[in-house]
Amino acid sequence: MSVYLLRRLIQALGVVFAMSVIVFIGVYAIGDPVEILISPDADQIERERAVRALGLDLPLWQQYLVFLGKALRGDLGNSFVFNEPALQLILQRMPATLELAIAATFGAVLIGLPLGLYAGLRPNSVGSKAIMAGSILGFSLPTFWVGLMLIMVFAVQLGWLPSTGRGDTAEFLGLQWSFLTLDGLSHLLMPALNLALFKISLVIRLTRAGVRETMLMDYVKFARAKGLSPFRVTFVHVFKNILIPVVTVTGLEFGSTIAFSVVTESIFAWPGMGKLIIDSINVLDRPVIVAYLMIIVLLFITINLIVDLTYSLLDPRVRLEGK
Amino acid sequence: MLPVRRKGSSSAKAARRQTSLVPAGLLQNAFGEIRDRREKALGKSIRAAGIAAISAWALAAGGAMAQAPTTLTMGVGSPVTSLDPHYHQLSPNNAVSDMIFDKLVETDDKARMQPGLASEWRAVGPTVWEFKLRPNVRFHNGSAFTAEDVVFTLQRLPNVPNSPSSFAAYSRPIVRMEIVDPLTIRFHTASPYPLLPLDMTNVRIIDAQTHANATTEGFNSGQLAIGTGPFRVVQHRSGDRIEFERNNEYFDGVSPFERVSYRMVTNDAARTAALLAGDLDFIDQVPTTDLARLRNDQRLNISETVGLRLIFLGLDHLRAANENSPLITDNDGRPLGRNPLKDVRVRRALSIAIDRTAITSRLMEGAATPAGQFLPPGTFSHVPDVQAPAYDPDGARRLLAEAGYPNGFRIQLNSPNDRYINDARIAQAVGQMWTRVGVRTAVEAQTWATFVGRAGRQEYSAFLIGWGSNPDGSHPMRNIIGTVSREKGWGASNRGRYSNPELDALLDQALVELDEKKREEMLIRIQRMAAEDVAVIPIHIQTNIWAMRRNLTHAARVDELTRAQDVRPAAAR
Repeated sequence: MSVYLLRRLIQALGVVFAMSVIVFIGVYAIGDPVEILISPDADQIERERAVRALGLDLPLWQQYLVFLGKALRGDLGNSFVFNEPALQLILQRMPATLELAIAATFGAVLIGLPLGLYAGLRPNSVGSKAIMAGSILGFSLPTFWVGLMLIMVFAVQLGWLPSTGRGDTAEFLGLQWSFLTLDGLSHLLMPALNLALFKISLVIRLTRAGVRETMLMDYVKFARAKGLSPFRVTFVHVFKNILIPVVTVTGLEFGSTIAFSVVTESIFAWPGMGKLIIDSINVLDRPVIVAYLMIIVLLFITINLIVDLTYSLLDPRVRLEGK
Repeated sequence: MLPVRRKGSSSAKAARRQTSLVPAGLLQNAFGEIRDRREKALGKSIRAAGIAAISAWALAAGGAMAQAPTTLTMGVGSPVTSLDPHYHQLSPNNAVSDMIFDKLVETDDKARMQPGLASEWRAVGPTVWEFKLRPNVRFHNGSAFTAEDVVFTLQRLPNVPNSPSSFAAYSRPIVRMEIVDPLTIRFHTASPYPLLPLDMTNVRIIDAQTHANATTEGFNSGQLAIGTGPFRVVQHRSGDRIEFERNNEYFDGVSPFERVSYRMVTNDAARTAALLAGDLDFIDQVPTTDLARLRNDQRLNISETVGLRLIFLGLDHLRAANENSPLITDNDGRPLGRNPLKDVRVRRALSIAIDRTAITSRLMEGAATPAGQFLPPGTFSHVPDVQAPAYDPDGARRLLAEAGYPNGFRIQLNSPNDRYINDARIAQAVGQMWTRVGVRTAVEAQTWATFVGRAGRQEYSAFLIGWGSNPDGSHPMRNIIGTVSREKGWGASNRGRYSNPELDALLDQALVELDEKKREEMLIRIQRMAAEDVAVIPIHIQTNIWAMRRNLTHAARVDELTRAQDVRPAAAR
């Protein structure tokens, strides 16, 4: 087990390192941050000062070495735009995004699993056909369009929910959270639902497919023949066996929700990391882009690890040591 | 293609039609939006589109208006990145700085200079400016404002660590500062410097006591965001919102709003929707696509003014007449062997081939004014008789034939696609108009991050770009058409490398002329020369637009800044 964890850790470091090199070269290829950040009437003297101030006067490889040296000491550099440590900027915005992602994923599982289970057990009923048709919509409608529609109906037309921002927050574990206040919850509801919609559909479809397949398995037939109650057959024998794909996909989806909820965040003006990264890319704020992607890489690696560990809990046949 | 303008009809009829058309329109807009987004990759992410329809629905929704609020909730489209007034010279930051701090010289909504922290100023010698300061002004923490604070501020300008675009240029002409008495200060310059009062409209004054050793982080945390201005910072949540309360001791009229919530809502559609839903009272950067419908909404007011931002085409002046311009070929795609843009007849032909009225009325939905010079009417050194060049395709063909291009040539027109309002679409329209007179034009639109670097390296033959001016002709002239010179600091945005010794000589004189009347005459002559020589091809000047609830009014500013002190409750009807 510890060998397995160690190997995963080394892999993670390799990926982070490779990613930082790629981002450095990539940002360099896109353009010059100074051209974007500087006032258009700045003269040459001011331009040279800005280039030096941002450390862009060195050749690229030297800039990278400077970055690497600092990174080893835990300093990923200051944002060009905010003049604050990039890591701190991202971590400040992380709770907002995490909150949104957790709410969306939680909602997806809570709604998707029962509906999928129902659709799998009663494939021919009107209800399950309606569920499946609905899930197609959830799949195919673009997030931002649904977001705008939600705003239009619930904020503009009905006036039930606020259309923008994060609302009141309360402190918990030293961080600000929306879900602890009523106002915050009402702000959270629409963006979370918007993010969850796609995931709900995904979970429904996975669950239904899994149930339909498992129901035909010999062990399920045997369990039924043995005279076990339908409840026990469903929730012990079927349910546990369909969870592996659901856990995998939910885990990966959770990661991508955190990393790439840009669209929802900008439509609902949710002050999370997604908005930060888009703004940073637009002005080529390299320290923030590098730090963000490093965090995301670590995040995905961690999630994958947790998913793997969950497998071995769900299915004793899965062994983690590998060869 | 230019979008087809909907034919006008009575507003009631229009409203009915909009309401019934909504779902279809929204779908169409929404899906158009996805395509755009993919094309733009990580450009300005999802821009507004569906909103047009949202507002139409809102028409039907109706609803009662609240009474004049004590809290003003504003939504702005561009994020504010710092509360340090000297860290980054950027419009959104300057707007917020204006709410917290004051300047020696203020500008009114028409960008005319007004007394600010200085009550009067004059040149007491050829190289000496004297400013009389306003007495009895206090910072938010009670500290008194004196000449020492002015000296301290100007000394800080070049010394803000890591600044990506500093204010140092405003203190550089000053060689010595002399405190005559606590309320009188003299600035000594190396040579006569008429622009010093104008420069002072960009310098926000901080306190020598409070801000000794102040860092940008200190300002950003809100703790040191202490000025003399009409609002004080209560809370700053970076990238999200800034909460203000009013300064009850403000010397120039206390705000009617007790609190101001200044929120950053960067998505155009979301910002408009939030206004319609009542979550925001006031928004800036109203998308042109929604304008017509917002105007018809009885619950809203629109405020607008012709701005100071010119959209123009820069041309390659760098390559000599007998050299190849990088993106120009003959009609068969072979090198031309000469740079046609060096011939003023070709430049004029390209200018009069553009139907500016079509662009402003259809593409911009009326939110722009055709332009033939840098500045709009009513500003210092605007030339009344230099009109926007009239659309004359036949004249353009004649001029091209005279210049030796009866069959035209091929050119690539480059443009950003996420920087100015409708930028790429304007470039496409221009491309079609040029093609119509025989100059076969390929349009390439890119994200600003890539575009601006390549334009700065003179990789383009023709490119669309914008310029937000100071309200003084010398500003665009020295930066866009003055010959690039490190010593003089000219040509910062002269990306086409235009150079005209005669014009330079006159500009040299104008920049040291203290007599405002003579100076204006010189600048007018320079503007005429530039228009005559088609140094750049002006297209239009953008209109700045804000939208707000019916119970508010706003003094629309030509400089685009969105500030709470410009908003008032509307008089009761």
